[in-house]
Amino acid sequence: MPELLEVLLRVLVVIAAFLVLPLLVGQVEHKAMAHMQARVGPMYAGAFHGWAQLVADGVKFVQKEDVVPAAADRRVFKIAPAIALLPYLVVMLAIPIGPGLVGQDLDLGLFFVLAVMGVGVVGTLMGGWASANKFSLLGGIRVAAQLMAYELPFVLAAASVAMAAGTLSLVGIVEAWSPWWLLWQAPALFVFFVAGLAELQRPPFDMPVADAELVFGPYTEYGGLRFALFILAEYAGIVVLSALTAVLFLGGWHGPFEDQAGWLWTLAKTGAVAFVVVWLRVAYPRLREDQLQRLAWQGLVPLALFQLAITAVGVVVWGS
Amino acid sequence: MSFPGKGLMKGLGVTMRNMTRRSVTAHYPDAMPELPPRSRGVIALIEENCTVCMLCARECPAWCIYIDSHKDTVPATTEGGKDKSRNVLDRFAIDFSICMYCSICVEVCPFDALHWSPEFEYSELDIRDLTHEKERLRDWMWTVPAPVALDPGAEQAKEITTAEKAAEKSARPAEGEGDA
Repeated sequence: MPELLEVLLRVLVVIAAFLVLPLLVGQVEHKAMAHMQARVGPMYAGAFHGWAQLVADGVKFVQKEDVVPAAADRRVFKIAPAIALLPYLVVMLAIPIGPGLVGQDLDLGLFFVLAVMGVGVVGTLMGGWASANKFSLLGGIRVAAQLMAYELPFVLAAASVAMAAGTLSLVGIVEAWSPWWLLWQAPALFVFFVAGLAELQRPPFDMPVADAELVFGPYTEYGGLRFALFILAEYAGIVVLSALTAVLFLGGWHGPFEDQAGWLWTLAKTGAVAFVVVWLRVAYPRLREDQLQRLAWQGLVPLALFQLAITAVGVVVWGS
Repeated sequence: MSFPGKGLMKGLGVTMRNMTRRSVTAHYPDAMPELPPRSRGVIALIEENCTVCMLCARECPAWCIYIDSHKDTVPATTEGGKDKSRNVLDRFAIDFSICMYCSICVEVCPFDALHWSPEFEYSELDIRDLTHEKERLRDWMWTVPAPVALDPGAEQAKEITTAEKAAEKSARPAEGEGDA
C-alpha cells in the first residue's frame, strides 16, 4: 500500500510540475520579452504586474467555440493537440530533479526521453495535415522537414553524453558528471540546445509556424482550447528541453550544498536555460527554410560527429 | 576585432541591456502624460469675444466649423441718432470628427475668441457627439492654460510691442508741441 501511495504522489507531483512550470516559462517570456523590447508587458491581470495573464488567457480560451473546419479530417484534427502535448508529460516523468527525486528512474532513460519527445512533433504534423488548409499543410511539411533535419544532431549530441557517462540512465549520467564536462561536452551542449530549439519550432527556428507568412502554419485552423493545448505543448517543450539540457550537460543537481538543495540546483539550471530560450527568441530573426536546413546538415551534424569523436577519444584515454 | 558570431553576441547584448533599463512605456490611463506646451487637444471658444466675422469658418480647410447668427438692432442712444446693428451668435459648433487640428482657425481669429486647450479625453461612442456646440466649447475655455513664457532672448509679443509704440506715440506729440 505505501508503494502505491508513493507512486501516486510522484505522479501527482509530476502533473503539478507539468501544469505550473510551462505557465511560469510563459509568464517569464511575456515579461522578459517585453522588457527586452523596452515595453512592460501585461500589467493588469492579477493586479500585480500581470502575474495572472496566462490564467486569464486560459479562461478566455476555454470559453471559445470549438470549431472544426468542414473539410477537415475530424478525428485526426481533434486528437492532434493531445498528441502534441502528452509526450512532454510522459518525458517529465523520467527527468530526475535530485538524487532519488524522479518520477520513474529508467535504465534506458535517455533513449526513452528522446524517443517520446519525437512523438510530440507528430501532433503538429497531424494538425497540419488534418486541417485541410494550404497554409497548415505547408507548415506541417516544414515541421516534418525540420524534424528530419534536427532529430539527427539532437540524438547524436545526447549520445555523446551517454558515451561519456557510460550509461543511458539519466540519473546515472548526472552522477557521472563532473565540472570539466562543461568544456569537454561544450560542442554537444551547443548542438543539443540548438537542435532542441529547432525541434520545438521555437524562434529563430519557427519557420513552420511563421505567423507572418503562414498564418501560424499547422495551427491556422485551431482555436479555443485546442489552440491553447498546442501553445501549452510548446511551453512544456521548453521546460522539457531546458530540464534535459540541465540534467545532461549542466550537471543537474551538482553544485554547492547539493546534499540539501540539489533539486533547487536542477530547477535553477532549468530556469536559466529556459530564460536563454526566451532570450534567443527576442534577439534573433527567423531563419529562412534553406538556412534552417543548411544549419542542420552542414553545421550541427558535422559538429555532433566531431564531438562524438572527441568523446570517444576521451573515454578511451581516461577510461571513464 | 571581428570573429564569427560577433553579430549574434551583439544581438544578445542589446536585448539584455534593454531588459536592465526602465521601459519607455507611458502608463497612460494610470498616469497622465506630460504634454508639451501649446499642445493641441481641443479648441475652446470665448463666446463673448466672437463677432461672427466668419473668418475661422471660411479658413477651415476641413469645413468643420458651423456658425449661425442673426443681426440685432441696437436702438440709438441719442435723440435722432441712427439705430445700430450688431451680430449675435446663435450657434458655434466644431465637428471634431472632421477637424484636423491644423490650428488655422485659432490663428486667424482677430479677436482671440478661439484657444487651444490641452485636454484630449473627449472620445465618444457616437460620432455625432463629437460635434461640440458653443456651450461645450465655452466650457473647454476653463482648461486653457496661461500662455507659456517666452524663450530667453525671444522677440517680445506683438501686442506688447504695439502697445509700447502707441504709448510712445501718444507721449511724443506733447514734446513736439513744446519745441514749436
